[in-house]
Amino acid sequence: MNNNLKFITGLTPTKLSVNTAAQKNASHVLDTTELPTTRTEAWKYTRVAKIGKIDFKNEASTVTSIDDKKVIDSPHTLVFVNGRFSKELSADTFPAGVSVKPLSTLDGISTQEEFEGDIFGALNLAYLNDGLHITIEKKAVVEEPIQVIHILKGEAQLSNFKVQIDAEDFSKATVVQGFFSDDASNSFVNYTSDIQVGVNTHFTIEKIQDEEAGNFHIGTDSVSQGKDSTFTINTITLNGSLVRNNLNIDVIGENCTTNLNCGYLLKEKQHVDNHTVVDHRVPNCNSNELYKGVMDENSTAVFNGKVFVRQDAQKINAFQSNRNVLLSDNATVNSKPELEIYADDVKCSHGSTTGQLDDDAIYYLRARGLSKSAAVQLLVSAFIAEVIAEVGNEDVKTYIYKRLNERFGWDINPEDFG
Amino acid sequence: MITIKNLHANIEDKAILKGLNLEVKAGEVHAIMGPNGAGKSTLASILAGKEDYEITEGSVSFDGEDLLEMETEDRAREGLFLAFQYPVEIPGVSNINFLRTAINEKREHLGEDPISAKDFMALVREKSKLVELDAKLASRSVNEGFSGGEKKRNEIFQMAMLEPKLAILDETDSGLDIDALRIVANGVNTLKSDNNATIVITHYQRLLDYIVPDFVHVLYDGRIVKSGPKELALELEEKGYDWIKEELVEA
Repeated sequence: MNNNLKFITGLTPTKLSVNTAAQKNASHVLDTTELPTTRTEAWKYTRVAKIGKIDFKNEASTVTSIDDKKVIDSPHTLVFVNGRFSKELSADTFPAGVSVKPLSTLDGISTQEEFEGDIFGALNLAYLNDGLHITIEKKAVVEEPIQVIHILKGEAQLSNFKVQIDAEDFSKATVVQGFFSDDASNSFVNYTSDIQVGVNTHFTIEKIQDEEAGNFHIGTDSVSQGKDSTFTINTITLNGSLVRNNLNIDVIGENCTTNLNCGYLLKEKQHVDNHTVVDHRVPNCNSNELYKGVMDENSTAVFNGKVFVRQDAQKINAFQSNRNVLLSDNATVNSKPELEIYADDVKCSHGSTTGQLDDDAIYYLRARGLSKSAAVQLLVSAFIAEVIAEVGNEDVKTYIYKRLNERFGWDINPEDFG
Repeated sequence: MITIKNLHANIEDKAILKGLNLEVKAGEVHAIMGPNGAGKSTLASILAGKEDYEITEGSVSFDGEDLLEMETEDRAREGLFLAFQYPVEIPGVSNINFLRTAINEKREHLGEDPISAKDFMALVREKSKLVELDAKLASRSVNEGFSGGEKKRNEIFQMAMLEPKLAILDETDSGLDIDALRIVANGVNTLKSDNNATIVITHYQRLLDYIVPDFVHVLYDGRIVKSGPKELALELEEKGYDWIKEELVEA
């Protein structure tokens, strides 16, 4: 179909009933666009050329159990393997006020129609394998989290996966997302979401990214917030060779709160790129963005955070902070916090710091009898605890600490850090 | 307890210590005084194990062991404690948690079982009272947002928790008002026993009204140039250091 993107020629187009206008636009983008290079501003520090060299397939696969591929024990868990819904491994009952439908069971999937040159968004739609539509009904208060697990499996598989969430007015719910892989290599999950947060609604996402090294993850969450709503997303990136997260928040109602927290703990040659956009279009809103990273060995982190405050959006409090600790001389950070403010009565700040652990603090702790590694662990834990403390679900926290122990040997007592 | 022989040390090729000798026995309190730049803090840092210095000559024996061959943390575990002149602020790390880790690492080193949570908390209560350190401060982040006096009291609190054999107080009195000084001195005096020893490094004689030394040494230009009983401190207070310099020139 096109000559630019050879890596997708082996893929089977989507069989889902995506609306035709969107499908047409997606095809057009794929026909006329090339993979971004580092000359593309939005991809300046993240090379995706490697993806373009792989002959991907989008084949179905199965896993027998999710015992070690889940974030929490939840009776409300939905499982997708290579983008396809796994009925066998998924729950069929959900808390009152929650309805869940695989996209493959829907007669029509409504979605954005314009891609503005976003090749991965277009790819996701044109080759969409499956996904999920979750509705939190009006006024439903759902205490137990819904867990959505995606497992990437096999060699050179491309999974196009989408989650749609409609959190209706006055509702409250949490979705835990876990991205895993099972014996996968050179595989790629290309994920998108459309999230509508209704009036006076509290909606939270706890996202864990834990695919094996050697795989790729590109994801775009698109969120729109109605008035008086609170949206929180806590993203913890633990593994994966190339991870790119785009987080686009449209704050279209007044008196909203937006919390974006993210921790990335990297080693080996991991590359993690977080691009966020918070668009304040209306007055009287708060946004808090805290991105913290710990980079060891040859890892790289990229942060590009944009906050727009439109001309009529007065009385906005927008705070953005990106802080990084490098544990190795070979780790790299590219950080670019940006504020674009067109209103005149706002309180906004942004900041970015990157440094090594404080040698004086390490010496001080050693002079009290702590080994060097215990001192480093204590300082790193204290640094990253600020982000993990924002995770609302205790079981999710437990998972994070368990994995930090497995990957870095940090035996952190969560009680010490709250 | 500790024997320092002919210690020479450089920092970036500049000689700071130039043949320092000192012997401290169990049960003794030694004061080291001297003008700025004499090498007082350098001595404290070298004994604690700070890595910025190059030892070019001499030896330090701590309880019969070669101190200079030991890692910083092993010196602490063997019972050496430095009360820092400038205690480091460590955001996010609570005093209590780090002290529990420190105590347990020391116990493990000595082949003992970890301290129980109950015993630990009892110890915290007892020792924080000793230096009149608010229990809330004890559980806050290490030194973060502490006043100067609180930081120094926290050092003595940590010392009380770790029960060292040899405590080195590096200008613990500088910047303290008289009330804080009394509290700190009272803490040090209470912890004193026949089995431990203290080296008090100070600029001012005033501290020695409260922590009474058995010996006073004058450190000047990288060496101990004069030693005497506690009255020597008063003489230094009265006459300054110039007469010592003159004596040295004459000799």
